[in-house]
Amino acid sequence: MTLSKQQAPLAFAFMAMALIMVGIFQSWSLSLTILNYCLIASIMALGLNIQWGYAGLFNVGLMGFAALGGIAAVLVGMKPVPEAWALGGVGIGAGLLVTLGTIFLAITAYRRLPKGYVRGWGMGAIIVLGYFLARYFFDPATNQIESVNPAQTGFLGGLGLPIIFSWGVGGVLAAGVAWVIGKVTLGLRSDYLAIATLGISEIIIAVLKNEEWLTRGVKNVNGIPRPMPYEYDLQQQLWAQEWAAWFGADLQDFTSIYVKLCSAGLALVMLGVLYWLSQTAIKSPWGRMMRAIRDNETAALAMGKHVTGRHLQVFILGSAVVGIAGAMMTSFDGQFTPTTYNPLRFTFLVWVMVIVGGSGNNLGSIVGGFLIWFFWVEAEPMGYALLNLLTSGMADDSPLRAHLLDSAAHMRLITMGLILLVTIRFRPRGLLPEQSKQARSH
Amino acid sequence: MSFLIGESMTGGYGGADILNGCTIAVERGEIAVIVGPNGAGKSTAMKALFGMLSLREGAVKLDGHDITKLSPQDRVAQGMGFVPQTHNVFTSMSVEENLEMGAFLRTDDFKGTMEQVYALFPILKQKRKQPAGQLSGGQRQQVAVGRALMTQPKVLMLDEPTAGVSPIVMDELFDRIIEIARTGIAILMVEQNARQALNIADKGYVLVQGGNRFTDTGEALMANPEVRRTFLGGK
Amino acid sequence: MQDFLNGFMLLSNFLIVPATAYGSQLAMGALGVTLVYGILRFSNFAHGDTMAFGTMVVILVTALFQKMGLSIEPLPTALLAIPFGIAATTVMVLLSDRLVYRHQRKVRAAPVVFLISSIGLMFVLNGLVRFIIGTGDQRFGDGERFIIRFGEFKELTGLDEGIAFKTSQGLTIVTAIIVVAALFWFLERTRAGKSMRAYSDNEDLALLSGISPERVVMITWIISATLATIAGTLYGLDKGFKPFTYFQLLLPIFAAAIVGGLGNPLGAIAGGFVIAFSEVTVTYAYKKLLTYWLPESWAPEGLVQLLSTDYKFAVSFVILVLVLLFRPTGIFAGKSV
Repeated sequence: MTLSKQQAPLAFAFMAMALIMVGIFQSWSLSLTILNYCLIASIMALGLNIQWGYAGLFNVGLMGFAALGGIAAVLVGMKPVPEAWALGGVGIGAGLLVTLGTIFLAITAYRRLPKGYVRGWGMGAIIVLGYFLARYFFDPATNQIESVNPAQTGFLGGLGLPIIFSWGVGGVLAAGVAWVIGKVTLGLRSDYLAIATLGISEIIIAVLKNEEWLTRGVKNVNGIPRPMPYEYDLQQQLWAQEWAAWFGADLQDFTSIYVKLCSAGLALVMLGVLYWLSQTAIKSPWGRMMRAIRDNETAALAMGKHVTGRHLQVFILGSAVVGIAGAMMTSFDGQFTPTTYNPLRFTFLVWVMVIVGGSGNNLGSIVGGFLIWFFWVEAEPMGYALLNLLTSGMADDSPLRAHLLDSAAHMRLITMGLILLVTIRFRPRGLLPEQSKQARSH
Repeated sequence: MSFLIGESMTGGYGGADILNGCTIAVERGEIAVIVGPNGAGKSTAMKALFGMLSLREGAVKLDGHDITKLSPQDRVAQGMGFVPQTHNVFTSMSVEENLEMGAFLRTDDFKGTMEQVYALFPILKQKRKQPAGQLSGGQRQQVAVGRALMTQPKVLMLDEPTAGVSPIVMDELFDRIIEIARTGIAILMVEQNARQALNIADKGYVLVQGGNRFTDTGEALMANPEVRRTFLGGK
Repeated sequence: MQDFLNGFMLLSNFLIVPATAYGSQLAMGALGVTLVYGILRFSNFAHGDTMAFGTMVVILVTALFQKMGLSIEPLPTALLAIPFGIAATTVMVLLSDRLVYRHQRKVRAAPVVFLISSIGLMFVLNGLVRFIIGTGDQRFGDGERFIIRFGEFKELTGLDEGIAFKTSQGLTIVTAIIVVAALFWFLERTRAGKSMRAYSDNEDLALLSGISPERVVMITWIISATLATIAGTLYGLDKGFKPFTYFQLLLPIFAAAIVGGLGNPLGAIAGGFVIAFSEVTVTYAYKKLLTYWLPESWAPEGLVQLLSTDYKFAVSFVILVLVLLFRPTGIFAGKSV
């Protein structure tokens, strides 16, 4: 079952139906929450598709980039903690300078010294010394920052700017890190690149969980400002009260739905812009060259195309998009929780979205994003309902029944796996396969 | 009736035909050589005889039996040995292990055959514990031929056995091939070094564009002025 | 002299013994991965959860045996259950090959397709294990907990510091030696093992020699499942069983296999120990050790810990990246497909 571009609206219509059903049977609030997350998931899928579909880069580190976007939200939106800055700002700054200096020296040594033991040991020495020197500055500074009102802050805080900027900053931050990572790892083959990116994302999350002076670690950052109004504020507004009455709805429900519609609107705009940009890029000469490289790298190299450089561009762009999505997500949530960044739920789920939706097809990734996220969220209640039905014959207090009902959550992991397996076996190109100028036979 | 014969073989790898009605035959104890310009289909003809590509037309018969439909592994079981041009040894395995792998399909005790191979290629006995990848080019070719001999084949096919080896090693290799033929095994060779190969050949096939151009004894072909001019670079 | 010995005991107890045990576990895990890579030519991301699956079956059977009153004191009952775990995992692995990978082999799909398929299997196994046994921590070790206790050791030697040698650690090391020896004997001495090495070395030539690819594939999966179950059970006995930790082990296991040279069994073992020792060495707090070994005036104030233990994975990862950048084929040159 592959859809053509003209049939893509069908997929969206199906999604709309599904969301409406959720609204009717469960709650409209939930339905809109799902919609919001679907939009964000689609943006992440779009970002991955840029890397995988355009250039065949096997990035298994999406979780890290999404987290970087989240950090941006914290660093941009939260108010600064003056005491912390006063105590530890200098130390952190010095530590950062030392780190940068060390890296610079190490790279210079790599370039200037001839190959051999001298260079290897020299670089090693520089890095080790630099590490200890940086720690000398960092450790006391971080301790002091973390000691400032640990229950409420204990970190540096942010810049206190309007949160909407964080979306862009998230993209830039992710792009910067992607540049560093890409420079180091992009020469590797896909299996190796997968493991390298997996490792990096695990490290990023580990850093977030431990470096409390940056983002409070596992204590989480709450109260991140949101780009849309707060329900509580809205409820005070007269016009909101009037509208709620007119709809015959409860004020709380109404404000909640209104707020979610706002965020959905913002997300939709973002998605639209990014989609338009991606489509323009793919149709441009640059995009055609990318695909030519992907389809036949050796030929491209022989023609003098700078393959690694192009791959780096794509890697950075895709990661930036994922970073933007990460920032959006954190700003919508209003809180930054490092422990929710779970590779299965982030990285691998987005991979399923792209594979199922259609690798190499931007619209396909968006469709995939919607479908898979919807399934992921609804699999638990649906599974629960199904299991309930299936076990209705059993006694109410049967332990097997209790166990089965408890485990409904795990069903969605199994379902996702099966969806991926079935797709890669029977429809490896996905629902919306990549469009190409020449007719391809599948 | 030839021992091994590919009659009027026509076919290719899926696109256009590379072989056009080509016929190759070899008798027991005989050395047949296939020569010709690049792209003439020499290796393709041999691969067709071995079953590595399917023929659109024509048939392959071994000792009277039609084996056109058999897979390469089955043909090995029927007594055909094949030495590929490249990647023809297990580089990470020792010489002796390579020979053992050659005899993989045999259920009987193949120590005797291994001794025969060592008698034929004494240097292999010396180096039998060494990984094949560490040997020189000529020695590796010996391992490759030895491996194919382990199934006690009735026909031995070699794809450009002297490609990339020095002239002295080439002479040695050809001497060995003559010895193998003397034991009654039919030998079929594709060779770029046409002159040297035709020197030892009982029968020569000159292929051009997938078809037989000249077929005669090695000596006759060497004496043929047209053959000399076009393929042997002589007067 | 006393101080030196004390320091050495400290080192052994907190560094050498745990690292050796951990290295053995990683080595066995990496062996499974490297074999699949060398022969089936793809990176099996589902290996961590395969280990979890095998360990899960062992835990369930152990619970059954314990209820039945079976015991092999002082050794843990789990050892009796391992064969059942191996059997179940083998069936599961062969089934998934038949349903998932065989088709991809037939259509000669690109290695990346196998990788994605293994990710799908990873999801399914992950959910299945959690579904059956839940996400909580399981402690299923019984029997004598220590081969020699801290106190006993101190009494024996009269030193201030002792070594506590846990049964699980001793078991791990002994089992690993036996398993590795058996594996190498199989690969070097038996016809089937040699055929696998030949197939890994040169697939076309192996086919020409009459080696049956499906048979080689089947043996590979069986060995991989066996290694996964044993490694997973030993790790679980040592550190407790929690489904999520097995997924996290993917990184150090792959790092070990790659560092040693993907596709090279000897490399997997070497890599396992390199990674294990690096992780433990870099995250160990050397304060007490230095206090023993250095003169009084030099005794350190801080913990002297290079990296906090939370960054354990960073260590494997950094080593991995360094190897990939400077010596991509690994310590013992493996293959790159």
